[in-house]
Amino acid sequence: MVPLPFALPFAELEVGQHLYWQLGNLKIHGQVFLSSWVVIGALLALVVVGTRKMERDPRGVQNLLEFLWDYIRDMAREQIGEKAYRDWLPFIGTLFLFIFVSNWGGALVPWKLIHLPSGELGAPTADINTTVALALLVSLAYFYAGLSRKGFRYFEYYVEPTPIMLPFKIVEDFTKPLSLSFRLFGNILADELVVAVLAFLVPLVVPLPAMFLGLFTSAIQALIFATLAAYYIGEAVHEEHH
Amino acid sequence: MDSITSAASVVAAGLAVGLGAIGPGIGQGTAAGGAVEGIARQPEAEGKIRGTLLLSLAFMEALTIYGLVVALVLLFANPFAG
Repeated sequence: MVPLPFALPFAELEVGQHLYWQLGNLKIHGQVFLSSWVVIGALLALVVVGTRKMERDPRGVQNLLEFLWDYIRDMAREQIGEKAYRDWLPFIGTLFLFIFVSNWGGALVPWKLIHLPSGELGAPTADINTTVALALLVSLAYFYAGLSRKGFRYFEYYVEPTPIMLPFKIVEDFTKPLSLSFRLFGNILADELVVAVLAFLVPLVVPLPAMFLGLFTSAIQALIFATLAAYYIGEAVHEEHH
Repeated sequence: MDSITSAASVVAAGLAVGLGAIGPGIGQGTAAGGAVEGIARQPEAEGKIRGTLLLSLAFMEALTIYGLVVALVLLFANPFAG
């Protein structure tokens, strides 16, 4: 709404301004699509390059991919449990990698060199629509996980250990996606804002620590989103032992 | 937007972040203190403690971030702008 009074071309920040594309009756934020396509393309290229000519002793990109796979598998196994984690490993891994590469891509790629007629390119996760979509996917995933594994016995979870918990558990189904999406969106946008404000006040050197802190927190946010998604799925598939 | 609405929005945005930072600040201090104590007692568990600490710090930080989201909405997407 109010453009910040920024004069520096590389520190400009346009919150709430978007490159609108008309798709039928829908107005979509074009800059988010462009940057997420870049992220998806980068990830696809990395995976395709890493899985061609696979060797017994992994080297280079293949080594990196195997390390990532190990990391994500450990995370999923810890949260979901030995029995069900293999079904959900691709979902958790995709969430983690997409969010991680989005966050870091938004901070590391010099998007300002590409000029758009309106709005600006940046991390796709700095747009609330992206994070809400990801969070709703997680909601769908854990409902599906619970229902497909336990059938209607899944709803026993709502009245365990006592039926008094029922309203809280129902409210929880709404607060889970809300907090997931706001946490990610707020953190990434806050990082961008802090860097932009510091770069506006002192253009040289001073924003660097904030940038490194931003890289650190955005990596942690990707980890948290994936861990929580795995935790929710694990909660849904968890079998009570009586 | 008339001046009263914009003044109130800016004050409210400041309060949303400022008040929202108090609780998580105390909580993060307690958590970090507990982690330091744990590491002092058992230095070999440092890696595990650090991982858990970072994760829980980020959870607490999320509470301030909710305040920040409210502040950002008030500043950049004010529903009362008219």
